[in-house]
Order: sequence, then C-alpha cells, then structure tokens
Amino acid sequence: MTDTQTLEKDILAGIAAAADEAALEAVRVAALGKKGTISELLKTLGAMSPDERKVNGPAFNGLRDRVQQAIAAKKSELEAAALNARLASERVDITLPVRPEAMGSVHPVSQVLDEVVAIFADLGFAVAEGPDIEFDDYNFTKLNTPPDHPARQMQDTFYMVPQADGSRHVLRTQTSAVQVRTMLVEKPPIRIISPGRTYRCDSDATHSPMFHQIEGLVVDETTHLGHLKWTLEEFLKAFFEIDNVELRARPSYFPFTEPSLEWDMRCDRSGGQIKFGTGNDWLEIFGSGMVNPRVLENCGIDSSKFQGYAFGGGIDRLAMLKYGIPDIRSFFESDLRWLRAYGFAALDIPTLDGGLSR
Amino acid sequence: MKFPLSWLKDHLETDADAETIADKLTAIGLEVESVEDAGARLKDFVVAKVLTADQHPNADRLHVCKVDAGGKEPLQIVCGAPNARAGIKVVLARPGVVIPVSGEALKVGTIRGVESFGMMCSGRELELSDDHDGIIELPEDAVVGQPVATALGLTDAVIDISITPNRGDCTSVWGVARDLAAAGLGKLKTPKEEAVAGKFPSPKSVALNFPSDQKQPCPLFAGRIIRGVKNGPSPAWVQERLKAIGLRPINALVDVTNLVSHDRGRPLHVFDADKLQGNVQARFAKAGEKLLALDGKTYELDGEMCVIADEAAAHSIAGVMGGEDTGSTETTVNVFVESAWFQPISVAATGRKLQLNSDARYRFERGVDPEFVVPGLELATKLILEWCGGEPSDIVVTGAVPEWKREIPFAPEIVERIGGLKIGKDRIAEILTHLGFALKDCGAGWLVMPPSWRSDIDGAADLVEEVVRIYGLEHVPSVPMSRPHAIARSVLTPTQKRRRIIRRALAGRGFNETVTYSFIPRADAALFGGGDDLRQVANPIATDMDAMRPTPLPSLLAAAKRNQARGFNDFNLFEIGAGFQTGVPGGQQTIAAGIRVGEPKPYWADQKLLTFAARNYDPGFVRSLSEITNPIKRVPDVFAVKADVLAALEAAMGSAMTAPIKATAPARYHPGRSGSLALGPKVLAVFGELHPAIVAAFDLTGPVAAFELILEAIPDSKAKKTNFAPSPYQAVERDFAFVVNTSVTADELVKAAKTAERNLVESVAVFDLYEGKGVPEGKKSLALTVRLQPKDKTLTDAEIEAVAAKIVASVAKATGGTLRA
Repeated sequence: MTDTQTLEKDILAGIAAAADEAALEAVRVAALGKKGTISELLKTLGAMSPDERKVNGPAFNGLRDRVQQAIAAKKSELEAAALNARLASERVDITLPVRPEAMGSVHPVSQVLDEVVAIFADLGFAVAEGPDIEFDDYNFTKLNTPPDHPARQMQDTFYMVPQADGSRHVLRTQTSAVQVRTMLVEKPPIRIISPGRTYRCDSDATHSPMFHQIEGLVVDETTHLGHLKWTLEEFLKAFFEIDNVELRARPSYFPFTEPSLEWDMRCDRSGGQIKFGTGNDWLEIFGSGMVNPRVLENCGIDSSKFQGYAFGGGIDRLAMLKYGIPDIRSFFESDLRWLRAYGFAALDIPTLDGGLSR
Repeated sequence: MKFPLSWLKDHLETDADAETIADKLTAIGLEVESVEDAGARLKDFVVAKVLTADQHPNADRLHVCKVDAGGKEPLQIVCGAPNARAGIKVVLARPGVVIPVSGEALKVGTIRGVESFGMMCSGRELELSDDHDGIIELPEDAVVGQPVATALGLTDAVIDISITPNRGDCTSVWGVARDLAAAGLGKLKTPKEEAVAGKFPSPKSVALNFPSDQKQPCPLFAGRIIRGVKNGPSPAWVQERLKAIGLRPINALVDVTNLVSHDRGRPLHVFDADKLQGNVQARFAKAGEKLLALDGKTYELDGEMCVIADEAAAHSIAGVMGGEDTGSTETTVNVFVESAWFQPISVAATGRKLQLNSDARYRFERGVDPEFVVPGLELATKLILEWCGGEPSDIVVTGAVPEWKREIPFAPEIVERIGGLKIGKDRIAEILTHLGFALKDCGAGWLVMPPSWRSDIDGAADLVEEVVRIYGLEHVPSVPMSRPHAIARSVLTPTQKRRRIIRRALAGRGFNETVTYSFIPRADAALFGGGDDLRQVANPIATDMDAMRPTPLPSLLAAAKRNQARGFNDFNLFEIGAGFQTGVPGGQQTIAAGIRVGEPKPYWADQKLLTFAARNYDPGFVRSLSEITNPIKRVPDVFAVKADVLAALEAAMGSAMTAPIKATAPARYHPGRSGSLALGPKVLAVFGELHPAIVAAFDLTGPVAAFELILEAIPDSKAKKTNFAPSPYQAVERDFAFVVNTSVTADELVKAAKTAERNLVESVAVFDLYEGKGVPEGKKSLALTVRLQPKDKTLTDAEIEAVAAKIVASVAKATGGTLRA
C-alpha cells in the first residue's frame, strides 16, 4: 500500500468515525485545512518533475475530491440525524385537546326561514317585511276586521299604550299587515312571502306570546284555489324533503279571505315520531283562502280584475315538525344547551341545489 | 259548541252515525273538536247480576262473588266493595277489557289465594263519576249480558264543534241541523212555531227610547207577560240536555231561556214582572249607571251601552246579561219574557268594554236571525206554559224587523274562476237553494238573496265559499303556478342579504344565535335608554314583559344570567332582532347584538407552546403567538368585540369597513373601553366592554363585552370589483417605533404614516404598543410596519431611506412623535 493509499484510508476512517459536525470539521481541517495532510501533499506537486507530476497530480487531486465528497456526504448524514433527533425530542401527545374554540350556531327559526325563502324564491316570491308595532288599520281594519268585529276576539291582541295623539297601535297579530303594506304600494302581479315576529296574549304549552309567522300572497288575474293547493303541496314536499304529501282542506273563516280554508296534512303519529304522507292522523298546517275582495279594494286594487290567494303558518311550528323540537316556548329561552342541540352550523346554508338540510 | 247526537236528531232526520256526522261537519266548515261517545268507550262492559256474595276466607273486607254475566257458568269474582251483595245488577269487566281510569287491560288474578275472573266497576273506574265508595248498582230492569251503555243511558255521542265568527247561524242545534241538511245529510224536521194566543192585554208596554239621529241599537223589541206561573225544576229531559252541554239547570224559567238559546240560537230574558216598576223600555244607559248582573258582579255602564229598563232603573245589559234584582226565582209568579234584536256591533262593543262574555253576547254579536224574534217568544211561551203553567198576555211589539233582504249579483262562472272547480250551473243553483238562498235570473247571471239567518253573506266571494264548501273542497284540483322566469332570479333585498350574511358570520365566530321576546321588564329597558310610557305594552302578558326593548342587548344579558345559573361561564350569544326607538309603526331598527361573556379557562398548551416557540423560532412569530395564546388576551375585551363588528361589517359589505372609529358609545358601555362607528351622523355600530353598573344590574359574573350593529345603517356594498393590476416591482416593508404622548391615538399615527407618501405607502399596520421602562412618563411607544409598493420601478436603498425620512417627518408633524432610540 502506498503512502497515499494509507492516508486516504485513515482520513475516510476519520470521517466515518466522526460522531458530530465538530468531529467532522476536525477531520476536514486535518486533511484539507491550510496545513492539512492533503493540502501539504498537493503543495509537493510544485517541486516535482513533469513526469512525476503527471502521475501524482491526478492521484493527489483524486484523493482530495474523494475526501471532499465523503465529508459532504457525512455532513448530510449528520444533519439528517440531528434533525431526526430534534424532531424526536419535539414529539407531543397528539391526543391532547386542541385550543378551545367556541362553536357558534344559527337558531332553528332563522334556519327554517332560510329554507322557506329558498323554496318560495324559486317560484318568484319576494320577501316582504314590516314593523312589529303596527297600525290597527293595517293589522285589522284594512284586513276586513273593523273594530268590535267578533273576529278580533279570535286573536288576543297586545295593544301599545295610546300615543300622544291618542292613536293606539298593536303588536301585529299576523304578518298579513305586511301584505297590506305591499298591496298599498305595488301593482299586481304580486308574489310575496312575509315572515316575521307576531304576538298574541296567549301562553301555554302550545302557545307563546311571541312566535314567527310566514304568510304568502299572490295577486294577479287568474290565480285560484287550485293554484293555492298546488303551491302548498309543492312547498311541503320541498320543505319536508319528502315525495308524498296529502292535504285536506277544511272550510274555515278569516276576515281577510273568502273563501277561507284550513289545510291539514296527512300524518302518522304512532310510534312517538311524526311521519308525513301516511297514517290516519291529520295535522293542521296552514290557514289560507282567496283574498277577500274587500281587502283588495281597501288596498286600492280593483277586485273586479284582480284576485289571488293568501296563506299563513308558523315558522316555529314548521321547525318543530321538521326537526322534532317539542316545546315552542323553549325557542325563546336562550338555553345554551338547547341552542347547541337544535342550532345549525354557520355554513349549513340551505339551498335548493345542495339540499335544505344535511 | 256542544250537543248530544239525540238533540241534533230532534231537528235532523238522518240515519247517519256520529262518525259520519262528525266528518260531514268538519267538511262543511263546522270543525269537530271532539266526539265524546261514552257508549262506544264502554262497549266492552256488560250488565251482570251478583248471585252470591260470600265472605273471603282470608280477608275480612273482601267478598267472593258468583256473578251471572249471561254465560253458561257463573263467574267467580273477588270484590272489595262494601255494597257487593247478592241480587244487585252491576257493571262487569271481563279479563282483557281495558279499564278507562288506568288504561290497563284487566287480567285474571288471584287475590289472597282466591282466583278472580273479572271486575265489578265503580263510577270512577269507568270515568263516569268520582264515586269510588262502591260499585255501580244498575237499575233492576237492566238486562244481564247486554252492554252497560244502554242500561246507563249512555247511547248518546256528544259532539263538540268550533264555530267560526261568521257563522252566527250555527250557534244553535237547529242551525247546525239546517247546514247538515243543506249538505245532504238528512232532512230538516224542525216544526214551525205556532202562535200562542194571548188571554189578556199586556199590562206592560214596551218602548224604544233612542235619539232618532243615531243608529238604533235595538230596532225590534217584543215581550209578553205570563201570569200565575209556578217555577220549579224543569223536566228531567231538559236538565239532562243542559247538563250534556255543560250548563247547570237552575229552574224552569231560566232553563227555558237556555234551552231556546242553544236549541234555536234565540237569546231571551225572563224578568220577574212583579219586580219591574211600570213599563219596559230599551234605552242607552246613563253614564255611570250601575247594574248588578246575574254573574253577581256590578257593572258601571256608559252612554253608548244599550240596556233594558223599567221606569226606575236599568235591569239588563241588552244582549249581554240580565240583572240580578229582577231575575226569576223559585217564588216568581208573574214574568215578563223579552225577545229583542240588538245590533251586533252594539252588543260586541258593550261586551268588550265590560269584559263580559255570555252565551247571549256570543250569539248577538255574530248576528241572530231577525225573523225569529217573535217565533222565539212564542216557543218560550209554549214551554213556560207546559212546564210552569200560567196564562199569557198578548204580545207587545215595538220597532220593526231590521231590513235583512239584499240581492247579490252572482255569475256562476266565478266559482271556477276563484275556486278552480268546474261545477255545473244547475248544481250551483241547487246548493244555494238548499242553503236557503233565493235565486233570480238577471240575464248576465243571478241575483242571490241570502236567507234571514245568513247575515255574514255580503258578496259573490261568500257565495263561492258556500258552493265549494258544500260541493266538497276535496274536489279542488292541484294546478301548477306559472314560473315568472324560467330560471329563478334572486329575490332578496340588499338588507335581507346582509342580515343573512351577518348572522352566519357571527355564528362562524363562535356566537350562538338566540331569539328572545321583544318585550322586557321596564326597569331593564330604562337602563338602555328605553322604558318610557310610549313604548309600554298596555296589556302585557306578565308585568315583567311590559316594555318594548330599545335594543336586544338587555334580552341577551338576561339570557346570559340564566345560562350562568345553569353553570355556563364562558359563552357568546347574539340575536338579530328589533330594537324599538319609539312606540309607533316604523320606529324600530334591526339590530344585531352580541355579547361575549366570561373568562375562558386557561388552556394547557398556552405556556408550553410559548416556551417551545421561543426556543425554536424567530422573535416576531413568538410575539404574535403570545398574542393568540396568552390567556389574558382571550378575556372578552373591547378589541374582541371590535373585531366582531369589523368582521361582520366586512362580511356584509364584501370589503373592509373604512368608517372611522370614535371613542364614544352609549352610557351602558365602559366609558374608556368602548367606541362607535358612524357614517356621517348615522351610527352603524357601538361596541365595548359593558359598564360595570350594567353587569351588576343583571347580576352577571365576570367580564362582558358587547356590540350592537344597526343593520339598516350599513351602506350598500360596492357591487363591482375594480380591475386588478398587480405591480411587478418588489414591495418593501419597514418597521418604525415612535415615541408619542399617550394621548395620541394609533389612528392618528397610522394616518400620518399613510399620507407621508401616498403613491408608495400601501398599508400601515400597528404591531406593538409599549409603555413603561425605557419610555418617558406620559409617553408611549407605538410600532408600525409600513409596506411600500412601487408601481413603476424597484426602489433603491436611497429611495427607501428617503421615504422613511418622510414618514418620520410626517409623524413628527402630525403627532409630535419621534423615532424611538
């Protein structure tokens, strides 16, 4: 073995034995530093004859290159090992809980309203809104319920204290007042739904002094009871996301519609849960009728030319039925447990393309 | 309204059973609330006879009976009833029969070692009475083995219907029968009332004393004297009937009026004639006139109320309730029977003002048949003579039957136009005629005259309803609506869209949405700038729900209190709802209000992560991490809710909110830790930590920060995106720390930096605030990152230095700030 070969063997052994970057650096300095063994060897080339140089030049340079490569390779190896060691030291218990983030929710009334709006928007119904404190005239008189009409007793009305001018406003008992407001400013054809808070002095297990109504109004030249029936059927199918809905109409009375009808939906209550489209029970779901010509006239619409239907029902009630919520009063108690149990995620946005519910 | 089936069948000839009748009633608009059929309920219980009743061998108080229930062998039954004895007829339940009171099926049992094959029932066990002292003893003639319903006289179903306010004609059994007959369910067989001849002239006259220039509240008044009556209990069948519909039999004279009222819808009043002074009149009450009514209460009347009076005083509130002083009693001998017609509106107004409901008011305000005033009086006379004897006078009548005849033009085609039903003209005519309407051809259609009992019919639409309800609503076809656009267009207004987005943005930020009542306790409203008289509900459902809230915030705080009581200490609530600025329509705003309540528990990783990060990463990252993780920073403070407001607005508007923040907010907020956003004079939002006094008023624990966002004040978002042209040149960020007086706001500093070189400064962000060691008293250090974005060339170092110098100069000029050494 030549001296050079011995040198190379020793240096490579040194590299291989280096336990860390410092040891490796020491080997590098010893071999390739200014006074390093290989550097010293390379310096001897200058004094050699051309023939000697021809043999030793490539040998010495080859040695240097191989050592450099070995050092670089060892360096990578050591770095990787150091990183691995650090990562190993950084290991955490991944089952520990994440930083708490409050989960928000959307109230079922808001969610169901969005669902209802999505359905009716598809049929071109706009959303009309009005104030909670309403003129007696709009809530009753224009809706064909003059003072002392017995129908006023159907709805236990909240009254505001009289204003300075003696006027006595009401907390609207129905969102039909919004229909009046719409008809007073818009010309037919009209298609609106009017959702909102409504108030009646009534409170027990099935009543709350405040609840939410959704009403629909169509006024044009041709719409009749058949269209009303179809609309309610299609709405209920879409809303409850079922294929089969059977409705039963009963004659009823509302001062603002004539004829007036109430609609019951076929259902099955056996087994504690309500199922629609089957069974022998009937569930009252909407009040409705053809807009009373007097109401049209009261709102400046020619009743000899225009006609239409109106219907109304409870948003809270729809929510209770669809999502199995038992008590209407619980809607307004703000119990966090309830809000979290029955609320909806922020991004559960009801759409017709994506579905109204999960 | 309730009636037994047998009563209905007095007026209606029909073979239909209770179920068929009930279905028909609902179908024609007389909605059946319930059918109480005791006979059907007890169909499995049979009549049995106790043959022997021996002492139980192992129990003093029990008997072992042999009972004949019509089977081959007598049954052995153990019974504990003290009245169980040989010879009596009893109600027997065999094993398998469900006992009404418990809802459980009876089993064969062994009682103290003796087998028992059935049960003899008490009244309570059958839910027929409260009697549980012994078993029911049936009459001697009860037939063994037959259902007990027959023996108990319970064959009659009782139907309860709800009458809509327009159907005054159906407030009597007769009226219901009439509607059923028109609907084809049987034949009306009510006899026509015959006049009872008077035996002498009435010693009392009747008069209508109303100013002639006013609408007459009582256009027709009739009456007669019957003398020599003997009052007492009414016949048993009458008492049974009244009891069946929930009325208490009083005496024959009172029961006559109740019977006629419910049977015929004709309210009457019977006065004790000997207690009336002089003649009888209908007149307006005198203002302040008092009357002790039959309900035992004294009512103070006003000048718009109609009364029936004698020459001394008022004795009856017309159409509502009679007076106690002149009512008939057991000792009454001579009576004056009143039958009158009162204007519905007058009766309704009187009843409402006095808050007095009665069977008479119920009928009068819905309109009673004006043609049945005198026939009703004749019927009452007949019954009084039958039950109490006596001698009737001639009838005295004043006024006239109010005009009820009217003709409604009606084109039969309208039934299809409105109802969507194709019904032949002949069928339409037939339906209307059966309902008592008179039809007259008039070329283009018909003139339709409603019968006297249908005061509710006043237009063609009413006639359409009559036709379709009798024809059957089940025939209405489903007809698709047209689509206004082949593909649906957007329908929401910008405000509606914003409300929706804000709702979901807040839910996404960890707020639970709630909905609370719009009315709150007045004291709470007062704390939030409300609670004045004009925002009060006149008739609140509870005293602590009397004030329309000026903002949803107090509702949320009350809700927070309730949740704290349930053991929740760290939560966020919001509501989007009305806040009422006045008590008039339109005086409300839609407010998104939110609260962040309570200190979160420290998180296990907060400290650990910080140490870990400090060891490994750069100082800037450590600082921002500490912002997030330091538990103190997660306390609901003013900046948390400021972030909520800005995030909600950005979500709603589609771009960052640029309106300036002002350090002013309503008094409910901490004066030094609250602010507002306004566009001109229009306040968009207020936010901040709640004033400690408010936190205390709601008895809340821990810090509370809140915001209120007024949705109507949010400007419409700029619809279009502008063209985006990114600069190809390198952007540069430079940090500056300025020492300024503590009174200088961050906004002022940012503005000064921004305006130093508008063409280059793209954004300025505050990243540090420091007061304390190293910064003089009265001063603070604010650190900014300024981002420079050249648009036409890359900046040289010299140019960057020049801009930096400009920024320093601008800040110095605007705020007096100097670079921190």
